[in-house]
Amino acid sequence: MEALIASAIAVLGGSGIYLVLRARTFTVILGLAMLAIAVNLFLLSMGRVVPGHAPVIEEGLETAAYVDPLPQAVVLTAIVIGFAMMSFAVVLAISAHFVTGTDHLDGEEEAP
Amino acid sequence: MNHWIALPILIPFVSAILIEVIGRRRIMVRRAMGLAACLGTIAAGAFLIARTHTGEVFTYAMGGWEAPFGVTLVVDGLSAMLVTLTGVVSLFCLLYAMNRHDRQGKFFHFFIQMQVAGICGAVLTGDLFSLFVCFEIMLLASYNLLVYTGKTQALKAGVHYVILNLVGSALFLLAIGTLYGVTGTLNFADMALRVAELDAGDTALVRAGALLLMVVFMLKAAVLPLHLWLPNVYGSAVAPVAALFAILTKVGVYAILRVSTLIFGPEAGVAADALEPFLLPLAVLTLSLGMIGALGSRRLRKMMGFLIVASIGTMLMSIGLYSPEGIAAGLYYLVHSTVAMAMLFLLADLIGRQRGAEDDRLVVARAPAQSGILGILFFVGAIAVAGLPPLSGFLGKVWILGASLESPYVAVVWAVLLVTSVLALIAFSRAGSLIFWKGEEEAEEEEDHRATAYEILPVVGLLVCLISYTIFSGPVSEFFMLTAENLLVPDAYIEAVMGGRP
Repeated sequence: MEALIASAIAVLGGSGIYLVLRARTFTVILGLAMLAIAVNLFLLSMGRVVPGHAPVIEEGLETAAYVDPLPQAVVLTAIVIGFAMMSFAVVLAISAHFVTGTDHLDGEEEAP
Repeated sequence: MNHWIALPILIPFVSAILIEVIGRRRIMVRRAMGLAACLGTIAAGAFLIARTHTGEVFTYAMGGWEAPFGVTLVVDGLSAMLVTLTGVVSLFCLLYAMNRHDRQGKFFHFFIQMQVAGICGAVLTGDLFSLFVCFEIMLLASYNLLVYTGKTQALKAGVHYVILNLVGSALFLLAIGTLYGVTGTLNFADMALRVAELDAGDTALVRAGALLLMVVFMLKAAVLPLHLWLPNVYGSAVAPVAALFAILTKVGVYAILRVSTLIFGPEAGVAADALEPFLLPLAVLTLSLGMIGALGSRRLRKMMGFLIVASIGTMLMSIGLYSPEGIAAGLYYLVHSTVAMAMLFLLADLIGRQRGAEDDRLVVARAPAQSGILGILFFVGAIAVAGLPPLSGFLGKVWILGASLESPYVAVVWAVLLVTSVLALIAFSRAGSLIFWKGEEEAEEEEDHRATAYEILPVVGLLVCLISYTIFSGPVSEFFMLTAENLLVPDAYIEAVMGGRP
């Protein structure tokens, strides 16, 4: 389980960074989305990976058999914020595309 | 319960929403409410200073959830000072924007108040994750303020700024995740206690987390090598927004100072002084490169952007000494440079408008129509930023020089600070003589480009703030000394938050 999550974070993060370094807004935003997912997975696993348990302490349940609820709360907030930021970036990229007529990050095509 | 601690966040936050609900159709209502909110923030900040100037620390558990389980707001001298500074700068920016900038796009007043709320939240919170949330509020407002006019140049700069900060946010979350994974808490005070007790086996992880955090804050503060975004963004924003942005970078400085003294201070066990060795060298480089950039700028606004980078370098160099004197001098310089740079950004806009098509390019062009008053203000602003007597820039720089005497870096600090002051002087002389002395007189006057009294008033207002700051340097520096000593020995802070709990 740990290996699976770790490699998922690595693959998503690596592809995200690669895409962020491209020169077109579309790929960069795609990269940012991947990076955000990688980070959210990382945040979720920061309270240790414990499959099959609920994050709620109940009567009669051993305290060992529950998951740290804080990372789950944190990751929810992070997802919401990340989503808002991503939609802002998309809208900004579209309006920059309309105004400058190109989807190059610098707002102008490189000289051939 | 200290409910009043939440006031500097609640006042701008609630006003922002009310401004759009009540003042939807009438701009005068929006303006009046915006001004009232800024005055309210200043009043709240002054109240916080009045309560904390003795060195006492107050905490407020949000929703009654005690630390370390809930989000805690903590106010000490440093936070109170920054809240007041934010209120003052935003008031004058708003006054200036009311002349025309707030009509150039939608939701201007809303975003200004959200920006203030984000900054106040960031300096008041005692929790790493809510620091992230406040940073995002602040940044989202700043994205919008940058591009709200829809001008091409601002949009281009906005794309870079947004993408860079989104990557920065990702790194921030990674740092939070790493530190939570090691310490099991997000509360600053609790984390300070936990970090001190860590085993040697966690050294690598906690230090990696600390440095990741440092990278994020350095990005916000525009410290070398993460400063490249700043001149372009500040140069593209409209004047009142750029003036308000002068305080955004200071939030990064605040975060560096808070985290490096409270959590990763000398008592922090395996993570002791995790950030300290990097700060001073980077600050020296930032200062040097910022000033060289200012010297080489072709536009006045870009030059101001580089001067902001240089001023960040100056204050971090002083803070990087990690002595009470050094931190106090750095804080003194922080307030000074924020007010002075805000004033110069407003002034650069007035100058640029009166030079016709050349705008703020540093070439021989038409002299500004009102070169008398603008020239005097520019001269005084240049004196303040370059650090000549009699204004507070001089006092701040002398204090920094004095504070460095005990440090092993004394030679570097003296050399860099003095040489860069000369460079600042040269940059200002070049800009001033090109704009005012070499300017060509032209017969045709465009009456509507002349600055009205309402436009000059905010600039003069910021200048008056600067002068009174210089006059009251005595009590102010005592306050900063006390604040700096409390920052370096954060026992009172930890005690106030944790209240003796394990």
